[in-house]
Amino acid sequence: MGKFTEDDLKKELETKEYEYGFYTDIASDTFPAGLNEDIVRAISKKKEEPEWMTEWRLESFRHWLDMEEPEWANVKYKKPDFQAISYYSAPTTKPKYDSLDEVDPELLDTFSRLGISLEEQKRLAGVAVDIVMDSVSVATTFKKTLAEKGIIFCSISEAIKEHPELVKKYLGTVVPQKDNFYAALNSAVFSDGSFCYIPKGVRCPMELSTYFRINQAGTGQFERTLVIADEGSYVSYLEGCTAPSRDENQLHAAVVELIALDDAEIKYSTVQNWFPGDKEGKGGVFNFVTKRGLCEKNAKISWTQVETGSAVTWKYPSCVLKGDNSIGEFYSIAVTNNYQQADTGTKMIHLGKNTRSTIISKGISAGKSQNSYRGLVKISPRAKNARNFSQCDSLLMGNECGAHTFPYIEVSNPSAQIEHEATTSKIGEDQIFYCNQRGIETEKAIALIVNGFSKEVLNKLPMEFAVEAQKLLEISLEGSVG
Amino acid sequence: MNLKNKLLSSYIAFDDYLEADSPVHDLKNKAIKIFESEGFPTKKQEDWKYTSLNSLLKADYSLSPRRDHDLEFKDVKRYFLHDIDTYKIVFVDGVYSSFLSETTHEKMDVCLLSAAMSKPKYKPVIEAYFNKIAPEDSLTSLNTAFAKEGAYIYIPKHREVEKPIEVINFSTGNEAALMLQPRNLIVVGENAHVQIIERHQSLSDNPVFTNSVTEIFAEKRAFVDYYKIQNDRITASLIDNTYISQEGQSNCRVHTFSFGGNVTRNNLNFYQKGERIDSTLKGITILEGKQHVDHNTLVHHIEPNCESHQDYKGIFGDASTGVFNGKVIVNKEAQKTDAFQQNNNILIDDKATINAKPQLEIFADDVKCSHGCTIGQLNEDALFYLRTRGIAKKEARALLMYAFANNVLQSVKIPELKKRINKLIAEKIGVNMGFDL
Repeated sequence: MGKFTEDDLKKELETKEYEYGFYTDIASDTFPAGLNEDIVRAISKKKEEPEWMTEWRLESFRHWLDMEEPEWANVKYKKPDFQAISYYSAPTTKPKYDSLDEVDPELLDTFSRLGISLEEQKRLAGVAVDIVMDSVSVATTFKKTLAEKGIIFCSISEAIKEHPELVKKYLGTVVPQKDNFYAALNSAVFSDGSFCYIPKGVRCPMELSTYFRINQAGTGQFERTLVIADEGSYVSYLEGCTAPSRDENQLHAAVVELIALDDAEIKYSTVQNWFPGDKEGKGGVFNFVTKRGLCEKNAKISWTQVETGSAVTWKYPSCVLKGDNSIGEFYSIAVTNNYQQADTGTKMIHLGKNTRSTIISKGISAGKSQNSYRGLVKISPRAKNARNFSQCDSLLMGNECGAHTFPYIEVSNPSAQIEHEATTSKIGEDQIFYCNQRGIETEKAIALIVNGFSKEVLNKLPMEFAVEAQKLLEISLEGSVG
Repeated sequence: MNLKNKLLSSYIAFDDYLEADSPVHDLKNKAIKIFESEGFPTKKQEDWKYTSLNSLLKADYSLSPRRDHDLEFKDVKRYFLHDIDTYKIVFVDGVYSSFLSETTHEKMDVCLLSAAMSKPKYKPVIEAYFNKIAPEDSLTSLNTAFAKEGAYIYIPKHREVEKPIEVINFSTGNEAALMLQPRNLIVVGENAHVQIIERHQSLSDNPVFTNSVTEIFAEKRAFVDYYKIQNDRITASLIDNTYISQEGQSNCRVHTFSFGGNVTRNNLNFYQKGERIDSTLKGITILEGKQHVDHNTLVHHIEPNCESHQDYKGIFGDASTGVFNGKVIVNKEAQKTDAFQQNNNILIDDKATINAKPQLEIFADDVKCSHGCTIGQLNEDALFYLRTRGIAKKEARALLMYAFANNVLQSVKIPELKKRINKLIAEKIGVNMGFDL
């Protein structure tokens, strides 16, 4: 008792290697590095896309050329050289499988090492998984069950071919091509991603989920996700990520668009555990993601995220509350350790009447990391009776890390009620002492306290994910620092 | 010619008037260069995201007003805290008015910056303190370049100033449009106590643009109680840059009452350079019409065991806009910091807007930092309760607004000033409560 000091914990944490850092050796079909109109055309051709899609990509690319990388975020990193990245990489083994037996065994092994065995998930969890290995979708399960309900759940490149009318109608409506630097880049070169459409009045019977892995050395991954919940429908969507250990920085610039039509509800949960770099801060994934949802009348979008990985995170899942009585929610846990930097938060744009939003953000920083919450709550002049509650709590472990809060509150309607509160604290010695007294080791006590600190958010995760999320929290903060 | 060019070209003339060997000569030259390269801040800058100076920069401001003012004490009496005895440093159109002022050199210095700059006796103080904490941003530099006149207050060790000091800037309207750049230097020695009241007042409807810089140094265990009254005409705009450097165990309190003016921007910065420091920043803002007030505060906790308390209340009517941008930085070394920041706002009318950005930047783990920000309306239930007691709607609303602002008012330590501010609030809300809170 008491032998395990804070220093020990810190040491153990620092030396804690990234458990999921392994590299699957699958022959990949990779484009030469660099980006120009030809590459964009080639990506489009490779994916057998129709003319309008190619044009759409090219238009985005031209916008991108005029844009500058954003610098306002509270993160410091060496900017990636966009001409040194290969913009397309796909496993060359046949991309379509009817059953799991046909899938490359090595790939399956990768997933089982990650603890997300397909069989298990198929049988036990009842989760349909659309696995994205690097960029191309290699396995889609439960598709039939979904198809019976009229639910479309496929890769976005498939959707472009099979359901062009839906993609045409909604792609880029929430995150326009020139929304920001990374969104424009993504629009030009997105390799693959998921597409989901829930028809009117349908309640999706299972949690939809995708797993992303960045696999090929030096490839950026540009996912594009589009989720459309038609009137009165409901869907819960899960996204989880792990990536192999790598020395050079890998760039990830995804775009996620959610559209909740009248009375629809979308629940989007993310567990992100990309390689955060080693304890010297070398390597790690750059995660520059644009996520945004649009709520029509009485619709609800709920973002839940657990961010434990990535060297640099730049991510603001947002809600545009356009319809009256719509609801936006954001629950987040961001854990940073060693030299990780996270600048994350949300935007709640209240446009409709009686719109409500809730923001709960928990930041945990350890080691030499920097953790920032940056959020915007905007009440437009027409948004009568808008309501917002924001809470940002930070937990600091050690005095070499930093926690920052940058909440922006802009209110132009007097009937709005906005509350914002933020606290910063450390794990109290008395709390630890109390636990020790009850025979709980310091390490366990800290885990307990961190768990309690993040419980409000963990509770929001779907069952299947909550387990994994806790696992990931453990990896990041195992033998948690005091 | 735009204002920036005008300022730059008039600096050349102004520069000739300065003695070349003046200790601040180089400082001024450097400052004007900073202003030349940076210009006036624009909305593209993060710190000025919600406040635009464009509307102010259009007028053709006179930079060096004529000196023929003739203010009678009775004309301006109401702007003084006349019911008690005070020291007064009064400037009319930027020029010192000895007739209206009451200064002293007895055991302390309450006088003019220009006098202090020119007399060798004050040289050590000027060299040790002048422009030492003012950062090199464009507006502060602009002031530094042109700084000619302002209050110079030096309170030596262990001295408790027995009466408040008033620093008042009048503008008479002799000029069609006037730009003023007062510069104040306040040094409060070890264990000394002082209370200061600052006010900018325009006496006509001609536009006035004031870019003021105040540097305050609080030595060990010093106590500084500073009040800013901003109840100017709608034609007057103010950019108030105040920088406060605190040494160990000192206590500084700044209260800002913003009721008037066109565009008011308060840059209030505290730097805590010792242990066990206490800083207090409080403010009441009540606006109407198209007024705009921007409170930009910074508390930088550099050393351990310090405290800071911020409490800003705002009531916004008509099409007024309010901005609160509060920043608390806690350095790695500043363990055991207790920083608290609160910002409450009430919007009364449809077109009123509030933008708030309460920031925390924390690098130390053993700290207690929190901030709260609310935006809402008067409580309907409370209003109903008062109405059932036979209180008219207008009075009931006023009563609730009083109550809302009262927290801040309570910590005003000069009773006469408190009374005066009560009166101002009553005027602003448009009712006579018939009692003092």
